[in-house]
Amino acid sequence: MPALLFLLALASMPLGAQETDAGSMQDTLAVEAVAPDFTASIARLGGGNFSERREAAIAIADSGDERSLNVLTALLEGRLYTASAIDAEAEDAPPRVLLAESDADDAPLRDILNNESAGTLAEVETRRIPLNNALRGTLRNLIARLSLADANPAVRLDAAKRLLAAGTAPELAPLLRERLDAETDDRVRDALALVLALAETNDDTVEVRIAAVEVLSGALDPEVRARLAELMANDAEPAVQRAARAALDSIQTRIEFYRFAENLFFGLSLGSVLLLAAIGLAITFGVMGVINMAHGELIMIGAYTTWVVQQWMPNHIEWSVLVAIPAAFLVAGLVGVAIERGVIRFLYGRPLETLLATFGISLILQQAVRSIFSPLNRAVSTPSWMSGSLEINPVLSITWNRLYVLIFALIVFAALLAVLKKTSLGLKVRAVSQNRAMARACGVRADWVDAMTFGLGAGIAGVAGVALSQLTNVGPNLGQAYIIDSFMVVVFGGVGNLWGTLVGAMGLGVVNKFLEPWSGAVLAKILVLVLLILFIQKRPRGLFPQKGRAAEG
Amino acid sequence: MANKRSWLKPVATAATALAIGLGASLASAADTIKVGILHSLSGTMAISETTLKDTMLMLIDEQNKKGGLLGKKLEPVVVDPASNWPLFAEKARELLVKDKVDAVFGCWTSVSRKSVLPVFEELNGILFYPVQYEGEESSRNVFYTGAAPNQQAIPAVDYLMKEVGVKRWVLAGTDYVYPRTTNKILEAYLKAKGVADADIMINYTPFGHSDWQSIVADIKKFGSAGKKTAVVSTINGDANVPFYKELGNQKISAEDIPVVAFSVGEEELSGIDTKPLLGHLAAWNYFMSIEDKTNSEFIKKWHAFIKDKKRVTNDPMEAHYIGFNMWVKAVEKAKSTDPDKVIDAIIGVKVPNLTGGTSEMLPNHHITKPVLIGEIQEDGQFATVWQTKGLVPGDAWSDFLPGSKDIEADWVSLKCGNYNSKTKKCSGQNF
Repeated sequence: MPALLFLLALASMPLGAQETDAGSMQDTLAVEAVAPDFTASIARLGGGNFSERREAAIAIADSGDERSLNVLTALLEGRLYTASAIDAEAEDAPPRVLLAESDADDAPLRDILNNESAGTLAEVETRRIPLNNALRGTLRNLIARLSLADANPAVRLDAAKRLLAAGTAPELAPLLRERLDAETDDRVRDALALVLALAETNDDTVEVRIAAVEVLSGALDPEVRARLAELMANDAEPAVQRAARAALDSIQTRIEFYRFAENLFFGLSLGSVLLLAAIGLAITFGVMGVINMAHGELIMIGAYTTWVVQQWMPNHIEWSVLVAIPAAFLVAGLVGVAIERGVIRFLYGRPLETLLATFGISLILQQAVRSIFSPLNRAVSTPSWMSGSLEINPVLSITWNRLYVLIFALIVFAALLAVLKKTSLGLKVRAVSQNRAMARACGVRADWVDAMTFGLGAGIAGVAGVALSQLTNVGPNLGQAYIIDSFMVVVFGGVGNLWGTLVGAMGLGVVNKFLEPWSGAVLAKILVLVLLILFIQKRPRGLFPQKGRAAEG
Repeated sequence: MANKRSWLKPVATAATALAIGLGASLASAADTIKVGILHSLSGTMAISETTLKDTMLMLIDEQNKKGGLLGKKLEPVVVDPASNWPLFAEKARELLVKDKVDAVFGCWTSVSRKSVLPVFEELNGILFYPVQYEGEESSRNVFYTGAAPNQQAIPAVDYLMKEVGVKRWVLAGTDYVYPRTTNKILEAYLKAKGVADADIMINYTPFGHSDWQSIVADIKKFGSAGKKTAVVSTINGDANVPFYKELGNQKISAEDIPVVAFSVGEEELSGIDTKPLLGHLAAWNYFMSIEDKTNSEFIKKWHAFIKDKKRVTNDPMEAHYIGFNMWVKAVEKAKSTDPDKVIDAIIGVKVPNLTGGTSEMLPNHHITKPVLIGEIQEDGQFATVWQTKGLVPGDAWSDFLPGSKDIEADWVSLKCGNYNSKTKKCSGQNF
């Protein structure tokens, strides 16, 4: 009896299949020829849970339909929506899946299956098809696979890289061989060759595997290393294991070198931040001898200026940072002059009182910002040219924002040096700081020079704030985080010497970053502080002490 | 004479009326129920705590509109402990002794809670603490309406392990008591699940750390070993912004190495450009995006109260909402604001939370909550990708730490917050 039933079922199956085929044929004939697989999968995209949607996406990619790439890209970008079927009477009707041209509210919607216009986002009640990480990853891989044949070599290169990052996929080997033969662009060929080699490490023939390992030995990508390590440990053939070991060893030595280079850049980058924070202080503390505890708050004012500038020009975020640099210099500089004229000028020669007074000012400025801008952090946007990273190779990449800040710090340093050495203000500043009485006797208005010098130092702190707004939080506490580091750099470099500040900042940054992987961030900071204390014991006047009669003994 | 009398009478009536009126108004002035709000309005923590102060003011205002409590008006008493831990203790004492408040809602960091704890125990006050914390505590005078580790950290790790298939773990945190204790619990939990030592990387950074280059590069290196890697982040407050920025810049996407955070909520995200964070995770007991009637009403009220449509709501706000309503119910049940009576009455009190369920105060002074895992969306909101089937009861003492495995907290049957079930002894109130 069961056998009979089974036979019956078998017999009826093709019939049933034909029926459904015919049904969908009728549907599709009405519009245009749609692969049944594609149609069914599109409907499945609309409903179900994340894993069902994932299967549907894979089916769409496999269907070979020419719209697949477009649909999957739209899904990844969040431009696919579901809406209830037009024919509301048919209860079982799956929801329509609509594709929006863009994110805008008035973007036209089209039904994917029949390409009919379906109004705009604002008109139709729609629900965006939700994504999660796993689905996003799958989509990216599928899109990469589909765009290997794209007309644009850059797109093909990205696709090949994405496939490489997705790891070993033996089932792709035939497709990859075909593409590799057809490929004309050298960079894409290289990338494809790697992906193919990765896939071929699963081949049944030992020779193919060894050849694949040889291709891989030049690559630094983490997926390649992971696969080679796997082969080294698990491959059935000792020859393949040996080849994998040799390849891995040669990769490892190169990686060590790039890691060192990376660490060096991290150190210089931290150094550039320290330099920016400290360089204004090098003027007020180093040249004028004022212990300005409100220096950090001047940095904060610069950062807030950046935010305000961005509020004023919301459509030109790309350029707002460049506008913010002079603006922050002026705002912070004016605040600096006000502090000097209002408080500090009464306290010259009384370091303890200056310290207390400026500490009070720092608290006032912090709370003022809290009252004016709210205690919450402000979101300063990063222009697109400052986000992302410059990828030199898979192991070494340098983030743009850090690179720009490093360059910017050096420019500010050079500019400040030029002001002090080449301008008449610089001359007067140096004269007053070396011998106030003599300078006054020569006709220098010492009071005015003091105000301008302090304003210059404060303005530079403001400019540092613009740079820091791109790296860290813009909030009332921004300044506090940098004040100790700034003093540390100035004292280490030698009070009154700009070059000392540069070397000090870079030195501390590099030492900190080379200690960090070994000791952890917390301990690295402590160690740097301890080293600094020991250094100051040995050389109390810092790296480059001021020499000559004017320098106090 | 008749004339005089007729003149006297209305005056006397008026005087009596005045006296009665005056007496009544005097009596009502003395007869408000005072609620203390102990949140920093200046200093480092102002960023998070100011919002909670506003939430409390809104809740009290709303209760007063409903007619107050026990026929009396509620009167908020706001103090500012200025993110200064010893000042927290001083201000708590001031609230309890000078202002004679009947309950206090406050604190954010664990260290501030530890600082006020002896004051509340000495003066027998009531504190509602709204923030997720490391557990290992249960005081008779404190009600913990935030998540204990088993209501946030453990379910998040479970999700990553089972649903995402994570094999390698980075436990990154800020260097203080909450991350250290949570990571200790997580490390023990992971090892119990068979994760090898080599597959766990633990990293601590100072408060407000801003240079994440090396650490993110390390995470990238750790994650390139061919096994699925995730970061469990107990990084606190400000330091998160540069951390996520660095992740974005070094092109570590949530698909490669997802970061699940326990201290990043809607409020924190409102200060960042969230596009590079798309898909990173957070584990909480509440998301603003939860579609629920009570939640949308709460959000509407919040926007009306704060007069800013862009302000977000977050998990600790919900905790205050639950805590406040529980306290109101307990006071109504006890018909008194006397701390001893309220402490007894509040156990078992059930109030609706904002995620469509009903939270209950447990005998260990923790509450039941759902656990939600959300992925960060482009608009700075979370999309729930997973949640526990029902509500999870808060566990004061973790089952995964050797020292606290045998310890129970039960203020009903055991009358103890730290009862060792092996030695059958209660060792004081918190320790």
